[in-house]
Amino acid sequence: MKEQLEAIRAVAKDVLQSAATVQDLDAARVKYLKQMGKLSAEERPVIGQLANEIRADLEDRIAERMENIKAKLLEEKMNAEKIDVTMPSDAKPLGHKHPLSIVLDEVKEIFYGMGFSVASGPEIEWDYYNFEALNIPKNHPARDTQDTFYITENMLLRTQTSPCQIRVMEQQKPPIRVIAPGRVYRSDAVDATHSPIFHQIEGLVVDKGITMADLKGNLESFAKSLYGEDTKIRLRPHHFPFTEPSCEIDVSCFNCGGKGCPMCKGEGWIEILGGGMVHPKVLKNCGVDPDVYSGFAFGIGLERLVMFRFNIDDMRLLYENDVRFLNQF
Amino acid sequence: MNTSKKWLLDFVDLDCTDKEFADEMTLSGSKVEAFAVEGSELSNIVTGKIESLEKHPDSDHMWICKVNVGKETLQIVTGAQNLKTGDVVPVALDNSVVHGGKEIKKGTLRGTESCGMLCSLGELGLTAHDFPYAIENGIFVLGDDCDKTLGIDIREAIGLNDTVTEFEITSNRPDCLSILGLAREAAATFKKPLKVHEPKVNFSGKDVHDFLSVDILNPDRCYRYCGAVVENVRVKPSPRWMRERLRACGVRPINNIVDITNYVMLEYGQPMHAFDLRFLKGGSVIVRLAKNGEQITTLDGIERELNDSMLVIADEEKPVAVAGVMGGEYSGIMDDTNTIVFESACFNGPTTRLTAKALGMRTEASGRYEKELDPAACMPAILRALELVEQLDAGDVVTGIIDCDKSTHERRTLPFKPDWVNNFIGIDVSADEQKKILEAIDFEVKDDVIYVPTFRGDIEHQADVSEEIARFYGYQNIPNRPLSGVANAKRTPAQNLERLISATLRASGLSEIATFSFISPKHYDKMRLPKDSDKRNSVVISNPLGEDTSVMRTTVIPSMLDVLSRNYNNRNESAALFELSNEYIPHGTEQLPDENEMVTLGMYGEGVDYYTLKGVVEAVFDACGIKGYDIEPLTDDPTFHPGRTAVITLCGKQLAILGEVHPLVLKNYDIGVKAYIGQIDFSMLLAYGDTDRKYTALPRFPATSRDLAFVCDIDLPVLKIEKMITEAVGDILESIKLFDVYVGAPILPGMKSVAFSIKMRAADRTLKDEEADCAMKRAIQALQAIGISLRS
Repeated sequence: MKEQLEAIRAVAKDVLQSAATVQDLDAARVKYLKQMGKLSAEERPVIGQLANEIRADLEDRIAERMENIKAKLLEEKMNAEKIDVTMPSDAKPLGHKHPLSIVLDEVKEIFYGMGFSVASGPEIEWDYYNFEALNIPKNHPARDTQDTFYITENMLLRTQTSPCQIRVMEQQKPPIRVIAPGRVYRSDAVDATHSPIFHQIEGLVVDKGITMADLKGNLESFAKSLYGEDTKIRLRPHHFPFTEPSCEIDVSCFNCGGKGCPMCKGEGWIEILGGGMVHPKVLKNCGVDPDVYSGFAFGIGLERLVMFRFNIDDMRLLYENDVRFLNQF
Repeated sequence: MNTSKKWLLDFVDLDCTDKEFADEMTLSGSKVEAFAVEGSELSNIVTGKIESLEKHPDSDHMWICKVNVGKETLQIVTGAQNLKTGDVVPVALDNSVVHGGKEIKKGTLRGTESCGMLCSLGELGLTAHDFPYAIENGIFVLGDDCDKTLGIDIREAIGLNDTVTEFEITSNRPDCLSILGLAREAAATFKKPLKVHEPKVNFSGKDVHDFLSVDILNPDRCYRYCGAVVENVRVKPSPRWMRERLRACGVRPINNIVDITNYVMLEYGQPMHAFDLRFLKGGSVIVRLAKNGEQITTLDGIERELNDSMLVIADEEKPVAVAGVMGGEYSGIMDDTNTIVFESACFNGPTTRLTAKALGMRTEASGRYEKELDPAACMPAILRALELVEQLDAGDVVTGIIDCDKSTHERRTLPFKPDWVNNFIGIDVSADEQKKILEAIDFEVKDDVIYVPTFRGDIEHQADVSEEIARFYGYQNIPNRPLSGVANAKRTPAQNLERLISATLRASGLSEIATFSFISPKHYDKMRLPKDSDKRNSVVISNPLGEDTSVMRTTVIPSMLDVLSRNYNNRNESAALFELSNEYIPHGTEQLPDENEMVTLGMYGEGVDYYTLKGVVEAVFDACGIKGYDIEPLTDDPTFHPGRTAVITLCGKQLAILGEVHPLVLKNYDIGVKAYIGQIDFSMLLAYGDTDRKYTALPRFPATSRDLAFVCDIDLPVLKIEKMITEAVGDILESIKLFDVYVGAPILPGMKSVAFSIKMRAADRTLKDEEADCAMKRAIQALQAIGISLRS
């Protein structure tokens, strides 16, 4: 009997080994395990242990063979499913932010980080806010440098974002720390560097004890955030009717680092903004006591930043909105 | 303002390079735009003397010259006919460069060797205004006012070697529109003394009062009028040094008298005028307002009508000049002028500006007067002019100057508060140092009072004084102090929503654009707005650049159509765009217009249809948390296709419209494909959007699904059926989804079959089949009640 069992084991081993499909294996299982089951009642106690051993052995072999077959089947299936992974996707392309928005958002983030809120004001403005309250009375020659679009004698398209200074101070008591970006209008014909519509970002800080040193420190932080830690700023005296002292502010050329290159016209410096200490007359016009408070204000030309940032040589591209242009950002 | 370095050196000793000068002046507040050395484009051109001239054997007009250029004598062929032996001329040697960058090399002309070129004025970049004795269509023969040493650089020989520095002078500093003013700034910048020149006039006798009387009738408009008389005027070219300096400053030399008026204006910043006494009836100068309708022909030959807001210089009968703007035609200097009157006057700024503007002639003089000049400058300027007349032997100066002076000469005073300045600027500069800075620019500080010089009308306040201190202390020396303290910076809900919308639209594949806020009113026709549409009522710009940009848009749609059109015509296959921008709705003249922010969407291209656009709009609503809106067909908006347009409302207010652009509008905009436009009202999104999110427990019980198909009128909006099902099913409805629309047999013509997949679920139990069936029955009954039957 014992030999018989061993013979079954030997045959079954070979058969199992050669079973190629799940069906073959199932048939073998039925066949050989059935043969094992034919032990008589007398035989069972005698060689039961051996029989169990062989049965367990065969079952293990069957399971192992089954795993192999399944793995092979899966492999064949996946082989058949092969695709060309280099074929183009059908993803919908993402849209693009306008370059003006890219830089404006960046500027806003920097100022949020420095504790500034973002305000806005009307684009169609009263003469009072755009000029008079800013210390530019009627017939002031400074009005000539900002060729103004008028709606009526007293209503105009704002030529600067500075009226936002007045509106903010009228609505809010110091301390004030705010930027006000927006569209401004001047009657300049369109060419590569001029547009009758462009964007400014106004900044205003009013508090007790604000000095020009704060203006310098603040705008240097801004310049470093925008152009990198090595950036330096340079203030040049200038004149704006609503700030005194006034300055224009250059940053060390972000292209050459200040050595001089075509971008900075060999100067090493690039002018990016104007500013100064808020004129005490302007504070007074807004009901802020200049004996208690002082402040600084500044204005940034967004188009200029954008054109430098992306190497755009023609301002018209920004407003033509050709998708071949927009898709580059 | 262009300045001559030679001229500046009359007033201040400078020992720096041109670059250092430019940099330091810029940092102290006189911004240098550019500087250039005259004649720097020329090279290798020297003086040479014509030793001999002989006709070229093979030419009827050329000459072969032997030219002595100092160390050698060269043979040069020229075609010029104005030369004779002994003339000293500019010689461009082999490998030289003349005006315009043209290079000159040795060569042969008709077989004869020519070792260079003889130059005309033009080849040196000059004109006969610079050398009136020279002709322009021949070789420049140097006159006695030039250095005729042979072989020296031509620029040295003729004085074409000044440094021209161009300053940008701001409108508050008319005093710096002068050599003297800039010299004062330079002296303070470089800490050098200012060399003040006191003009001296000898006078030739006679009494000015016998020639001239001056009367100011409007002292509020004319603060001072100084008049002087020169007789036996000898009109001729001015000397080289004067022509040279005028040229460097960009002023064309004319003759000695005109040049003197320009020279004094540039040197002192005080406009000067010269009249021919012959045309001053009665020898009277009357400064008065013009009469309405009075006429004057100005120096430029144009007849102009005046009115009583304009100040004129008149004689007994007629105006002879528009005060501070331009002289009359007949009052100018002519070849036979014998006796002239010099005017050095000071007029009110704003009204001079208005007059110049009204007459459309902003002149050098009016541009200065409008910035408010200093009446105190009138007298030194006229004295300087008379001194120059004597120096140039341009005439005989009649004794005396008539000075009609209505000005106060008082210097403005301000308290001297060094601490205030230090606190305002954030510096620590001693009182003594501050005093020194102020004194360097002619302020006087005495007993804690600052006396502001009369030419500094811009200094009115401590803040102005502090700027003077700061700029000479050096802006670069002010410390950088980062802002201290905390501030509460937070985006407003509107700012957050803008960011969200922009991000959503970009994720949906739309790119952001930026368009002009003003448009041509013709767009309203192009987009087919009805004639009586409110949208045609725009904010109108009274002085537009052109019709194309003349009204503030009442809708952003035409801007979007323009951009789509441009992209289509630039052969871009597709475009999907959006803009967050304003439309402007007028409210009369007493109230500012409304500026309504709109989200405008536009697209065209393969695979784009109405439903693409609708999906984008829904994405925005989803992002903003807009729910419960109503969408209906919009058939009567003439900009849109009547069968492919929808209006979306929320709480009875319009939230958005979207649709296919009307074929006629597409044609008007030259768009050759179907295009789609949508517009969402930002204020509605802000008012009704809800981006607050709260967690709802995930479902614990299974859902039950049913599919239903109905047959209805082909024009019935499916949303209507969807809404009825939603209502009929009630709370247990989880979602409803249209999955099929079918038209054709066996469905009767004019009808369609619509199939929905309906998913139901209860939060607290497993739905029984009977419950779901019951809900379906309710839906079917509700629809049957309005004639919509279940598809069998």
